[in-house]
Formats: sequence, structure tokens, C-alpha cells
Amino acid sequence: MSTLSVHDHSVAHHEDDHGHHHHKETFISKYIFSMDHKMIAKQFLITGITMAVIAMILSILFRIQLAYPDKAFPLLETLLGRFAPAGRLDSNFYLALVTIHGTIMVFFVLTAGLSGTFSNLLIPLQVGARDMASPFMNMLSYWFFFLASVIMLSSFMIQKGPASGGWTIYPPLSAMPKAMPGSGMGMTLWLISMVLFIASSLMGGINYVSTVLNMRTKGMDLWKMPLTIWAFFLTAVLGILSFPVLVAGVVLLIFDRSFGTSFYLSEIVLNGTQVQPFEGGSPILFQHLFWFLGHPEVYIVIMPAMGISSEIMSVNSRKPIFGYHAMVYSLIGITVLSFIVWGHHMFVTGMNPFLGGVFMITTLTIAVPSAVKTFNWLATLWRGNIRFTAAMLFAIGMVSFFISGGITGIFLGNAALDINLHDTYFVVAHFHLVMGSAAIFGMLAGVYHWFPKMFGRMMNERLGYLHFWLTFIGAYLVFFPMHFMGLDGVPRRYYAFTEFESMKQWLSVNVFVTWAAIMAAVAQTAFLFNFFYSIFFGKKATQNPWEANTLEWTAPVEHIHGNWPGDIPAVYRWPYDYSKPGADEDFIQQTVPLSQTMSSNLPHDFEDNPTGLEAHNKWVSTQKSNEEVK
Amino acid sequence: MGFKNLFNSKKILSLLAVFMLAGTNMLFAQGAEAAGAAATDAPKDNGLATAGYYILMFLVVCFFIGIIGKVFRVYDLTQQIRGKQPMNWNNVMGVFCLLFLIAGLFGVYWSFTTHGSMILPSAASEHGGTLDTMFWTTTGITMPVFIITQILLFTFLFRYRYNAKRRAHFLPHNNTIEKVWTIAPAIVLTVLVIFGFFTWQSIMNSVDAKGQPASINIDITGHQFAWELRYTGKDGRLGRTNYTLVNGTNKLGLDFTDKASFDDLQADTMVIPVNKSVRLNIHSQDVIHSVYIPHFRVQLNAVPGLPTYFKFKPILTTTQMRAKLDKPTFEYEILCNKICGGSHYNMKKIVRVVSEAEYQAWLAQQKPYLTDKLKQKLHFADAPATADSTKKVQGNRLALNN
Repeated sequence: MSTLSVHDHSVAHHEDDHGHHHHKETFISKYIFSMDHKMIAKQFLITGITMAVIAMILSILFRIQLAYPDKAFPLLETLLGRFAPAGRLDSNFYLALVTIHGTIMVFFVLTAGLSGTFSNLLIPLQVGARDMASPFMNMLSYWFFFLASVIMLSSFMIQKGPASGGWTIYPPLSAMPKAMPGSGMGMTLWLISMVLFIASSLMGGINYVSTVLNMRTKGMDLWKMPLTIWAFFLTAVLGILSFPVLVAGVVLLIFDRSFGTSFYLSEIVLNGTQVQPFEGGSPILFQHLFWFLGHPEVYIVIMPAMGISSEIMSVNSRKPIFGYHAMVYSLIGITVLSFIVWGHHMFVTGMNPFLGGVFMITTLTIAVPSAVKTFNWLATLWRGNIRFTAAMLFAIGMVSFFISGGITGIFLGNAALDINLHDTYFVVAHFHLVMGSAAIFGMLAGVYHWFPKMFGRMMNERLGYLHFWLTFIGAYLVFFPMHFMGLDGVPRRYYAFTEFESMKQWLSVNVFVTWAAIMAAVAQTAFLFNFFYSIFFGKKATQNPWEANTLEWTAPVEHIHGNWPGDIPAVYRWPYDYSKPGADEDFIQQTVPLSQTMSSNLPHDFEDNPTGLEAHNKWVSTQKSNEEVK
Repeated sequence: MGFKNLFNSKKILSLLAVFMLAGTNMLFAQGAEAAGAAATDAPKDNGLATAGYYILMFLVVCFFIGIIGKVFRVYDLTQQIRGKQPMNWNNVMGVFCLLFLIAGLFGVYWSFTTHGSMILPSAASEHGGTLDTMFWTTTGITMPVFIITQILLFTFLFRYRYNAKRRAHFLPHNNTIEKVWTIAPAIVLTVLVIFGFFTWQSIMNSVDAKGQPASINIDITGHQFAWELRYTGKDGRLGRTNYTLVNGTNKLGLDFTDKASFDDLQADTMVIPVNKSVRLNIHSQDVIHSVYIPHFRVQLNAVPGLPTYFKFKPILTTTQMRAKLDKPTFEYEILCNKICGGSHYNMKKIVRVVSEAEYQAWLAQQKPYLTDKLKQKLHFADAPATADSTKKVQGNRLALNN
């Protein structure tokens, strides 16, 4: 962590050399407590990458435990001390690793790292705004996130270790310090960290929504926004509406833990003798509150990745995104439906079975917009002219994972089938493909694609290829076999498969999976090297290296406060005019008025513009008569 | 170009060399230390040397990757000098996509056959049969979609890889086809939803219908980290419980003011008769657990303060299942499937499905919860009197009053 954050500062320092100084800015106001959206985006990205690397190392630790449950690794004791006595992970610490891996990946990497980076970078640049609606709040959003990250990681330093009740922290396990060591101080830190995180996320979200709604440039109506902006906007709406519910849940849990209330606790006897004074609470209540956020959360994670991939696939297949309107409506559909499907996480928790039936119906409905998106992506590639940039490969990987992981969602969303699949490795495989791998691939695609915008330099494409193939193949090798473990009824969050005769057959598969995971993890050095090396020594970027249409590529390569020198450019067309017949080049930027592209205009371009249509028809008829004269 | 700078930079290379030297030095130092320790103590290897070896291997691999990168760069430059096209990476990646598709399809086939043969056998319970049918139907519908979409994705990538002479086909939308692929999944999902909804309702309906023979009632209570069982006695009813009565001798908190609890039986193994409906009453004492019996397709959480139920009918005895799987040591097992603490991975209970006669014989041997010790404690008339019983009771009463 420390080395990477040092990088963070040195990045900032080097950028200093060619910054424009409109008004006197100190190092601190420009690089640490910066209010510039581009700098904040970089801060989010580098913190996010740091957290991702940490969470990945945690996952390798518990993968080693799963592959070699009987083997001692003295090095682990050297590194982890009391958490790995005699070189074997402590079973409570194993659960802590799983918990913190999940928490960091879901919240700190794929929510803050993904939305935080790309919403901050792209919203002002793609809608044509000088900065966020409230730059100060934006700055606070980052620093709350940073503080939350530090607190979350600090829980590794305390005596009893970090929170270990799973990332879903179901009470009573998480509510009673006597139930497991991680439910003591570690859980308190987890809760504090999450409250700060939610504050950060809300401040960010409010900013994104207000910027998109109020600060679009001239001509940028909602239907001219790139899909990235639609995705970030709807993601922010989701976050604003669902995160407060988690706060409510968390605050009640804090009350139960510290002030003797019993919102979630009832009829509890610890260790077979210690009767606890709680009565009348319901653990199910917490699950409702948690999943009311928790389910929208998975869409908070995947929707930005969808938006980013849509944009990148359109640019690199030199083709408009197929069914732009359908893509937007399916995003809206997913947003709305995601609020009424949370119960599918609770089919077998003892929730009223009738409710289970209802949630099953809503859950399977959400598969329809998801299917539409998938088919539209395929149609976008069809008869394209596909340029394989590293970003494009990751966007494609995202689609592949989304299909593979989405399909198994149809099994899990079915309440009846969920009886036997709930909480098994089938679930682990499902969500690691559909939201874990898919979302991280969306994020990596975004990093490769917008790196020139962020740092003014290009990343090495060939190292990107290497990174892609190793990670892509690695992820499939890791998660594909897990489906079958789930179908064999192997539960998740098991410290070792050695206690049950029936599970021992999977030990060899676990070894295979662990080595695939180690390979994929090692492959990330190709990315980290490429990323940090290119920040300083990468090839200098041109203004529009990918020949893309969106507004951010009309801004100068050098970062200036306010994004554009002079006036903000006005927008005249949608962002997907790639390979338009009749046009000279295979892309027409959004800032090019229709009057300059008479030869490529289509009647469709004038749908809400009768005068324009008249002019177009007139032009077409004169062209025709001219030809006749010839 | 990144590689060019890197490998032209002598500084970085020499730095690398220094690191390697320092690393080996440290390893040797470690070795020496270990040797020193060995003299006094048992030989101790903390694996640092092995880790160092792997790190060195990794650096070597990085070095080779760097060299390969350099070779590509040199190739590109020479091509440029000779006035030819540099390496066409779009073609290379297009071919990679095709190769990945072929290898991936083979991998999927391999995984389906190899790992697929390791999954659970068909259900050993009545409702499990319906679930299996539904599972295979869903698989039958979704797997072709999975295969076809992946084939389309990767063949499109190969087929439409970049070609400077070609232009992409401008196709912003096509309402007909979009309607088709909205409605088609909607119809398929509706079928699955209806099928699933009614199956779910029938499975979760844990009340015995009128005219149906009553289910065997079994209480299963989870606590960190074991399951406790309670069978009904001769009266066929389970007595009341109250969590405040739980203590060392009354581990389930049976309320002995309820006469129905007198003959409740305790058991170590869950023995159930084949082809008889069993209703599991699921309780938890401390945190959330989950009763999971994969072979019966049974799972429901055990929630403190909220009793839950699951009704199922086993159709294969343990002996039949052993024969079917050809595993003479096979046992049905209850696992805990909700994270519940450090020993979550080891919360096992054996389930044995037997014939009705065997079941009755087994049941007759089980001991009631109302042990002699408890009887003494609770001043039952037929409690065996011992010399110091009065004294003990006094002490206990005091403790209870506290």
C-alpha cells in the first residue's frame, strides 16, 4: 500500500511540469486536496488499484489454504504472525480474509474505484462541463473514501483481527463479540469504515446526478449523451436511493452491538449456557435492509462497466452501438427492477415462502433487459471493422463474462432451484463471473481506453494483450470448475474440505483453481508495470488517439482547469456516428454540425427538427438534379 | 515504447542486478541464520528461500517477456526500414480469439464431462426429483444460449477484424430484430417462472394436508458448532421449549411443565424411515446456521428466534444409495451452509435412511431428554433418591434463583 501511495504523489509531482497555472495553486491544493475532477478521478483510480491489489493478495492467501489444507507454510507465520500459527491459517482468520476480500472488492474497488474514477473523469468531459457541480463535495467524497479505506485496512492491525462474518455481516454473528473474534473491534472498524464509505458514495452520487442533469453543454440533450454517461447517471441514482438504507441497517446494528438494543437479536444462548437478554428482534430484518442496498449494489458495480464497454466496443468496431435507445431503456429497466429483486438473496433464510415466489418473478424479469444488452453488443460487433486495442479486448472479455455469469443467474433466480444451490460454490462462480470479473474487466477496459485522457500518455498495447489473455483465461479457469463444485453441494466459506468425505474429491480441483488464480494474479504485474511506467515514460498521446466521437477527445491533451480553453464546444449529433456512409472519415465528432456533413446526413438525423429535415430534403433534391444535369 | 526505454536503460538493468545480488545475499544470510538455529534447535525452514526462488523465477520470466517485447519491436523497425507493413496485431488478436473459442469449447466439454461427473447423484427425495427435472430443463434451455452467444462473439471478432480497405456497416438499429430478442427471452423466462413458482410453492408448503398421514416431526437445533436432534416419544408430540431454560443439563431448554416434553427423545444420528414424510423443525440457539442436506435437495436457514420448517420424503435408503453409487461407506450428511464462526466448516450430522422396521427398532433404543439427573434437579416424584441428592438440589435451586 505504502509504495503505491508514494507513486500517487510522484505522479502528481511529474504532472506539475506541464500544468497550466490559471491562478496560484500550491502543491497541496492541486494534488492532495484537489477540487479538479480529473485529479480526483486519478486519486480514486490509484487508491482503487491499490485496494484491488490488496484484496487480490488476500484471495491468494485463502486460495492457498483451500488448495493445501493440510500443509504448513512457515512463511505465512513469518508474515502473518498469530493469524497463521505454525504456518497454517487460523480458521477465523480465513473467514476474515474472505470477508475483507469481498468488502474491498465490492465496495472499495468496484464501487468507488470504478464509479469514482470514471464518473469523475468522464461526466464533465463527456457532457461538456467545466467541472463537477460541487467540486468541494467531490473532494470530500474522495477523502471520506480514503479514510474509509485506511480504517478498513487498519483492522488487520488489531489483536483479534478484522471483521469475519462474511461481507454480508449477518447478525447475530456480527452483533455479538463472543460469537467469533472478528465480531469484536474488527467489526466496529468495519462499520465505521462503511459509514464513511457510504457518506463518500452519496456525496459523489449527488454530484454526478446534478452535473448530468444541470451542466450539459449546448445541444447535449439526454438522447445525445454517450452510454457511459447514461450508465454513470443511473448508477448514481441507484446509489443515492439504496445506500441510505444500508446506513439505517448499519446504525441499528451498531445499536445492537453497543447500546443493548435488540433490533436483530432474539432468543439467543451462547456457548450452550449463556442466556442472552435479547428478545423480539429479527435477524431477517437486517437481511432485508442489507439486500435492499446489496442487490442494487451489484448493478452499481456492473452498470458503469456496461456503459464503458458499450462505448469502447462502438469506438473500436467503428460502428454505432446497435440499438442505442434499447440500450438506454434496458439500463433504466435494470435500474428500476433492481429495487424489487433483493429477496432472491433470501429464498431460504426463512422469509415467507410466498414472498420468495414473488421475488422469483421479479428476478427472472430482470434477465430480459440483460439479454437485450447482450444481443445488442453482439450486433454491434457484427460487420464491424474491429480494432483490437487492449481496451477493446477487455470490453469483449466483459461481454463474455457477462454472458457466462448471467446464464447461471437464471438458475439461482429460480427459488426452487436455489434451495440446493444457495450459498454453494455455484453462487461463488456465478457472481465472480457476472459482477466480479465482468466489472473489473469493464474497469480495466476503461483504464486502457482513457489512460491518454488521464495522463496524456499511452499505455503499451502489447503488454496489454499479454495482461488480457492471461487474466481472461485465468478467470475462466478459476471460476468455471466452481460451478460443478456447487452442483455437488459444496458450501462456500468453508475453511477446509477435509472434514467431509464427499468433498475430498474436490481437493485436486482446488489445487488447479489455486494455481490458475496465482497465474492470473501474477499477470497483474504486467498491468501494474504498464500503468505506472506509462504514467512517466509512455508514448505521448495525441488529442484523439482512438478517433472517437465523444467530447472528451476535443479537449486538449494538457489538463487545464475548466477542461476547454475558450468556450465549451456545442454538440450537434449523437456520439455514435461511426462509418457513416457518405462521410469522408469513419468517425464524425459530436461537435461537427450537420450542416458540415451534408453528404452523410440521413433523414433519421432530423427526427425532431422539421426545418433541418426540409433543408436536408432540399439538399438531396438539388444533388439529384445536379447529377441529372451532368 | 516502454520496452525500448526499459532495456536501453542501463540504470534499471544494473539496479535489477543489484536487487538480485542483494536478494541472494539475504537468502544466504537466512540460510546461515537457519544453520545457526539448527545447532541449538530443531532445523527450522520458514520457506523464505523457496519464496525467494519463486521470485527469482518470476523475474526471469519477466526478463524473457521483456526480450520478446524487444524482439517484436526490432522486427517492426526492420519491417519499416524495408518499407513493409509492421506486425499486424489486429490479425494476431483475431486469430487468438478464434483459438480461444476452439480451446474454450473444448475446455467446456472437458469440464462438463470430467467435473460434471463429480456432481450430486439424482435426488434421494420426492420433491428433489421435480427439482432435478427443473434443473435439467433450465440447463437444456440455457446451455445452447451460452454456447451460441460465445461462438457468435468470438467468430465475429475473428471475421470482422480490422481491415484498412473495408468500412464497417452503419447499422444503428433494427426494431424488428430488437423486438424479437426482447420477446423471445421474455417468453422462455415466463415458462421457467411459472414452472418454478408452482414447484417452489408446493415444496415450501410444510403443513400436512387433510387426509394425508401426519409427517414425522423432528426438531433440529443448530448451535456453534453442532446440531442437536429431538424426536417425539410415544405421544407423537414435541414438547414446548424456552430458550431461558437452556443450561448444561437441559441443552435444548425443554419446558418440563409441558407434559408432552417428558418423552421427547435425543439422538446422535438422524435416522428416518424411507418413503415417510418428515417435517424438520429448524431452530438455532446462537447465530444463523443453515440445514443443508444436498442429496435430499433440502436447505433452510436456522434462525434464532424464528423457527423454520422443511418437509421432505426420502425415497432411497442409505443402503440403496450405497449400492447405487458403489460407495460402501456412503452416508447422507447435514452440513451447515451459513457462515457461523471458526468451525463452520465442520458442522456435520449423519442422516441414515432405513426401512420402517429398522426405524422403529432404533427409535425404541433412544434415550429421553428427561434424564435422571434432570429429574432430580426438577424434584420429580420418581427421581432416584441418592444420599446427597437433597444437598445438590438445594445448591441448584440457589443457582436457579440467581
